[in-house]
Amino acid sequence: MGDSSDEEFQNSESWVFYRNRDDWKDVEPVEQEDGGEYPVVSISYTPKFKDVYDYLRGVMKIGEKSQRALDLTADAIALNAANYTVWQYRRDILKELKSDLAKELKYIEKVIQRHCKNYQVWHHRRVIVEWLQDSSKELKFTQGILVFDAKNYHAWQHRQWAIKTFGLYEGELEYVDSLLRDDIRNNSAWNQRYFVINNTIGFVDDVVSKEVEYVLEKIETVPLNESAWNYLKGLLLHDKGGLSNNVKVTTFCEDLYMSGNRSPFLLALIVDMCDERISNKAEDDKYNLKRASELCHELATTVDPIRCRYWEYMSTTISKKAGCESGEDAEGGDGPEEAAAAGASHDV
Amino acid sequence: MMANMRPFRDLVANQYDEENNKTHSSKEQIDVEKSVLNMYESAHMKITLNRNLPRLATNAHMDFIRDGLTQLPHSYSCLDASRTWLCYWSLHSMSLLTDISKTWPLNKEESMIVQFLSKCQHPSGGFGGGPGQYPHLATTYAAVNALCIIGTQEAYDIINRKTLKEFLYSVRAPNGAFRMHLDGEIDVRGVYCALSIATLTGIYSEKLFDGTAEWVVSCQTYEGGFSGCPGLEAHGGYTFCAIAVLTILKRPKLCDLHSLLRWLVNKQMKLEGGFQGRTNKLVDGCYSFWLACSVLLAGVALGEKKMLFNQTALQEYIMVCCQYNSGGLLDKPGKRPDLYHTCYTLSGLSLTQTNSDYIGIPFYLGFINPLYNISYEKVEIMKTYFKDTKDETL
Ligand SMILES: [Zn+2]
Repeated sequence: MGDSSDEEFQNSESWVFYRNRDDWKDVEPVEQEDGGEYPVVSISYTPKFKDVYDYLRGVMKIGEKSQRALDLTADAIALNAANYTVWQYRRDILKELKSDLAKELKYIEKVIQRHCKNYQVWHHRRVIVEWLQDSSKELKFTQGILVFDAKNYHAWQHRQWAIKTFGLYEGELEYVDSLLRDDIRNNSAWNQRYFVINNTIGFVDDVVSKEVEYVLEKIETVPLNESAWNYLKGLLLHDKGGLSNNVKVTTFCEDLYMSGNRSPFLLALIVDMCDERISNKAEDDKYNLKRASELCHELATTVDPIRCRYWEYMSTTISKKAGCESGEDAEGGDGPEEAAAAGASHDV
Repeated sequence: MMANMRPFRDLVANQYDEENNKTHSSKEQIDVEKSVLNMYESAHMKITLNRNLPRLATNAHMDFIRDGLTQLPHSYSCLDASRTWLCYWSLHSMSLLTDISKTWPLNKEESMIVQFLSKCQHPSGGFGGGPGQYPHLATTYAAVNALCIIGTQEAYDIINRKTLKEFLYSVRAPNGAFRMHLDGEIDVRGVYCALSIATLTGIYSEKLFDGTAEWVVSCQTYEGGFSGCPGLEAHGGYTFCAIAVLTILKRPKLCDLHSLLRWLVNKQMKLEGGFQGRTNKLVDGCYSFWLACSVLLAGVALGEKKMLFNQTALQEYIMVCCQYNSGGLLDKPGKRPDLYHTCYTLSGLSLTQTNSDYIGIPFYLGFINPLYNISYEKVEIMKTYFKDTKDETL
C-alpha cells in the first residue's frame, strides 16, 4: 500500500527514538487507546511509527506548540502524509510560532512530490499560499507535477483554484494547447480549456465559432476521441441554435458519416440532433424520428453493442416523445428514494 | 447459472483503435487491454475444461477480509487515519459475501468493533479516522455506516447525535457545501457524507442542507458527469456522491439527467467490461460501484427501472480480472488486492445481479440500498430506530 518506502527513505541509521532523546525527557508519550481486548483493524506499526505517534499524542495532549513539536509533525507526516490531524496541528503551530511561510512552502513542495495523490498535502499548500498571499509559484509548481501525471486531479484542482483566486489566466490557453498537442486524448486538458474560456471571455458567439473550428479539426484527426466530442457538445450548449443548427457542425458530421466513419460519438451526436428537433417540433428530412431510430439500432447492434440497452432505451424514449408530448413525465408515484431502492432489489 | 460470457473473438475485435495517433493515453490503454485480454483468454480456456468457471472465490475473499478486520501489516500505515473506513469496507464486504441463509454476523467481534469505533468518536462530535484523531466527514460517514451494518442497539447508542449535529453545522459552508473537517477542503464528498450521516441518524433538517442541491448541481460539467468542485473534470466518484445527494434530497431533476446518463454509460469499457472513472482514463474495479450505481440512480430518476449498463460485461470484468488468487479483489490485473477495492468491486457485482443472468456467483450477494451502499434492511432498521428515539437534547 505504498508509503512504507518513506521510512527507508529517511536515513534509518542515524535515527534516534524520541523515547531515547534527552531533550524529550519532559514529554510523556501517550499510547493509542484502541478500546477492547481484541484487535480491530489493528495496524502492525513499526517501532518507529509507534514512537513518533506516541510523542505526537503526548505533545498534543499538553498543547505544546514549539519548534520541536513542529519538527515532530514532520516526522509523523513522513510516516503517514494522509493524517489530517497532524497537518491541522502543524498549521496551529505555524500560526502560533509565526513561522517562516516561504520555508513551509518549500517543505510542502517536497512532500507533494512524494505524495501527489493525497488530499491533505494539497490542502496544506493551498492554506500556506492563502496565508502568504503569494501565488507566484503555483503555475510552475503544478506544471511540474503534471509533467509526470498530466491528469492528476489534485494538481488540476490546485491550479484552477490559484488561477481563479489570483487571476492567473494569462497564458493558460497556450499551456492547454501544448498539452493537447502532446496528448489529444488528455481529458483534463480539454476540461481546462473549457474552464479558462468560461471564466474569461465566455462562450460568446464568435468564441463558440472559433472553438468549434478548433475542435472539429481535432475530431477529424482522431474521430474516436470521446474527449473532443464531449467538448464539442459542451460548446453547443452555448449555441443559440442548439445542437442541430450550427451549419459547420452539421456539415462536418454529415460528411464524416458519408465518408463511412462510424465513430459511436458521431452517431450519438446525430441522434441528439434528431432528439432536439423532435422536442422542438422542428423535424426535417435530415433530423427526424426515423433517422434517430435507425441510428439507435445501428449503435445497439453493430457500432456500440456494449451499450445496447442504453441505445434501446434512447430509441424508446425518443419515440415516446415523438408520439406524445408528456411521455417523459409519465412516471410512477414512488418517491425517488423508494424507487431507487426498489430498482436495486433482486427479483428473487 | 451457466456462464454466458462474451465470445473471445468479440473481445479481440473490440481492441483499441489508435487511429494512427499514438499518445500517452492510447499507449496506457493498449497495455491494459493486453493484460485484460490475457486474463480473458485463459478464462475461456479454463471454461472449456470446467463449465462451472469462472467462480467467485467466496471463501478466499472472506478470509482476506476477516484478516483485515483484525490485523493488518504495517504497509497499511498510510491508512492509519482511515481506520473507520477499514471497518466499513470489511463489514460491508462480509455482509455481501455472507449468504443470507447463514447467520450473520459475529456477535462478540461485533461488540469489539463498536468499542473501537466509540474510541474514534471525538468529544466535539463526529468520528476521526482512529482513536484521538480530529473528526472528519469521511471517517464519520464510514463509522456510521459500519455501525449501521452491525445494527445492534449497542452500536446505535454510542453515537452522540447532539454533538454529531454540532459537528455537521461546524463544517457547513454558507452556500450549502461542506468542508471535510474544520478548516478542511470543500468538495462533493463532504456533501454526500454529511447527508448520508444526517439521514441515517435522524438529524437531518432542511436548514442544515439549505442551498446544498444547488451547489451540487453547479458541479455538473459540460460532459454530463460531476466534478469535485465547480470547474473541475467530471469524475466517477464525485458523480456518485452528487447523484446520490440529489436523489436523497428528492431533487434529481435539478441536474441534466440525460447528459449525465450519456456520460455514465460511456464510461463502461467496450473490451474490458468494467468502468473507467473519467473520459479517456483506464478501467478500475472500484468504479464498478461508483459508476454502475450512478447509472441505476440516474435511470430511476428518469423513470427507468431497468439497468442501463451492460451487466454481463461488468460481471465478466470483476469475475475474471479483479479476483486475486489468494483472496481479495483489485483494481486491474497486475495490482494487489486491498479492502477498498474488495468492498467496491463486490458492491458493483451485486448491482450486476439485479434482474439479470449471472455467471459463477454461488448466491445473490447482499441486497444493497444504492444511496448508502449498505444492505437495504439495515438502512431501514437504523432509520426507524432513530425516528422512534426522541432525543430531548437534539
Ligand atoms: Zn480503484
